[in-house]
Amino acid sequence: MHLSLARFGAVLVKEFVQMRRDRMTFAMMIMIPIVQLFLFGFAINSDPHNLPTLVEMADESPTARAVLAGMETSDYFDFIGVVTGQEDGDRALRDGSANFVVVIPPGFERDVIRGLSPDILVAADASDPTAVGSAVSALGGIVEVAIKQTLEGPLAFAAGRPPPFSVSVHRQFNPEAETSINIVPGLLAIILAMTMVMITAVAIVREVERGTMETLLATPVRPFEVMVGKVLPYVLVGYVQTIVFLAGAGLVFGVPFIGSPLAFFVGFNIYIVVNLALGFLISTVVKTQMQAMQASFFLILPTILLSGFMFPFAGMPGWAQAIGAAMPATHFLRLVRKVMLKGADLADIAVDLRAMAIIGAVIVVVSMLRYRQTLD
Amino acid sequence: MTDTPAISVRGLTKVFGDKTVVDAVDMDVPPGAIYGFLGPNGSGKTTTIRMMCGLLTPDGGAGECLGYDILTEAPKIKENVGYMTQKFSLYGDLTIRENLDFMARMYRLKNRRKVVDKTLTDLGLEGRGDQLAGTLSGGWKQRLALAACMQHQPRLLLLDEPTAGVDPKARRDFWDEIRRLSKRGVTVLVSTHYMDEAIQCDFIAYIAYGRKLIDGPAAEIPAKVGLHTWRVDGPDLTELEDALASRPGVEQVARFGAQLHVSGTDEAALAAVIAEEKKKNGTHRWQKKDTELEEAFIYLMATAADNFGAPGGPGE
Ligand SMILES: Nc1ncnc2c1ncn2[C@@H]1O[C@H](COP(=O)(O)OP(=O)(O)O)[C@@H](O)[C@H]1O
Ligand SMILES: [Mg+2]
Repeated sequence: MHLSLARFGAVLVKEFVQMRRDRMTFAMMIMIPIVQLFLFGFAINSDPHNLPTLVEMADESPTARAVLAGMETSDYFDFIGVVTGQEDGDRALRDGSANFVVVIPPGFERDVIRGLSPDILVAADASDPTAVGSAVSALGGIVEVAIKQTLEGPLAFAAGRPPPFSVSVHRQFNPEAETSINIVPGLLAIILAMTMVMITAVAIVREVERGTMETLLATPVRPFEVMVGKVLPYVLVGYVQTIVFLAGAGLVFGVPFIGSPLAFFVGFNIYIVVNLALGFLISTVVKTQMQAMQASFFLILPTILLSGFMFPFAGMPGWAQAIGAAMPATHFLRLVRKVMLKGADLADIAVDLRAMAIIGAVIVVVSMLRYRQTLD
Repeated sequence: MTDTPAISVRGLTKVFGDKTVVDAVDMDVPPGAIYGFLGPNGSGKTTTIRMMCGLLTPDGGAGECLGYDILTEAPKIKENVGYMTQKFSLYGDLTIRENLDFMARMYRLKNRRKVVDKTLTDLGLEGRGDQLAGTLSGGWKQRLALAACMQHQPRLLLLDEPTAGVDPKARRDFWDEIRRLSKRGVTVLVSTHYMDEAIQCDFIAYIAYGRKLIDGPAAEIPAKVGLHTWRVDGPDLTELEDALASRPGVEQVARFGAQLHVSGTDEAALAAVIAEEKKKNGTHRWQKKDTELEEAFIYLMATAADNFGAPGGPGE
């Protein structure tokens, strides 16, 4: 039996009409990227500034003050008070009123002049490594600059010697280490994974749950016509989401897009199709719309955690990397970061495209095998 | 119209898990007939119908529907059959017109607009084509569903409890339509558990616990059930009804208007009870009558309660 364009078109039109009537869902599909963008872009910041800091000053010299001033101007540290002993500092760290305690040792300036490399002790609350991590890594540079500035005039001779701290942080592509620039492109992968999978699964299971699937299967319509006709409208939803998202990312967060738009377009289409196929696969397993939603949420969690969106992929243990590599979002995330931030073109993302195509092929084959043209 | 049966199946069997839901059902539906498919809830009617039109794969048995093999030619069957599901299953969030148009496209009808317009006119819904189907009353939904699966002019209609939960007036209208279609030569297989519908059928099959117990032309069903019936009228029928119900030999007491129809399968035992009653109470008029489809139907439906869950049935 051959395929019919008329039947395929009928399913397509029906799906569009139903989508249009379901204003709530449609509005949500458009709002999700915007809300997520602002949440992740503004509220969730893994590179926080103005962390509350206490100082224990055993040396009130100009050099010591200069170091503190340098720290304060960096924006990472917000000096909220002075402590007089180790006990006070420890308590503040423990109860969370401060993230850092900076201890200037006695005779600090004198030792700097003598070239004794005195030690500034920074006690950090490491229970939230993301919160303090970047501040700590920035510390070395800040102190070094402050000392250089102070040791001018009569003390200039001391500046030539090796600095007391030699931490150098070199950040490529994102020199200010602004998290939003890194996190926003990745967010697109997550948003699409979340909405595309769920919306397809729900749209199909809804027909089963409402009983309309039985009427549909009793007509001469072919499975392929149903599948593509039902899924295609949601490709369009994905387009709209992405346009809204990219516009927001560029206008609000100043995320650059320096790579090849063609490379992005190709990768993006493959990614959407893979996700829709995944949604279709879920719909062949679950029985109710509720289950379809639960299954989609169940999948989104590892996607957020293991795709490299939340945590650096390279830092994960081997088993986690293996799971991550099996997820389409992992590859699309890399692709988007490469294209948007590093100016990649088609050749640069070939490896990601291939990975997504393989995952997609497996999903399509499995779901075709599972799809039943009967109610069995 | 040819004389080959519209449906002819042998040994149709379906197992869900460890439950045999349909057990070796044979059925022959003559062309042009209104064929009633009777049975209590859960007895396997829907499952049987689904197997006949290729929506479920049988675990055993074989057969033909409109001359097409139900195992291998499901697509052909689907093109020529109109199947109305038990639950309203058009799209509630599409309008009446959109639903009809969608179904017309599924069957690739020519002159779709005209066909849909005609369907709307026939339904008397010309002005309401833009109303959402989900907002229709139960009776209208059923009529819309029937019209939707008739647009491609199928030769065979499978109606699965088409009037469940519909008010009596709408039910009569619905059956008028079925008879009209039948006159035009359409074969109708209709499952029901309403007596007033069963008696309008030309043929009847009765199924319980997945097994077909009786089938044949409607007129032969009472004899096949094997009931003997007496009619009685007179005063205090309610007391009489209670008194008779517990007597051995009396298997069924049904009230028809101002009469009771008293039935049993053991003719002698029944006659003995009635002779005794006559002696005891001279005010009632007793008369032997032929058992009709009504009594037979009540008898059949009463012997098997809802069939959900419990395996096996009266025979076990
Ligand atoms: N898909 C299914 N999976 C498991 N059991 C089913 C399924 N469909 C029906 N059944 C069971 O099969 C029996 C017959 O159901 P059905 O054919 O719907 O009966 P009827 O239409 O006569 O009410 C019931 O006990 C029902 O619970
Ligand atoms: Mg049923």
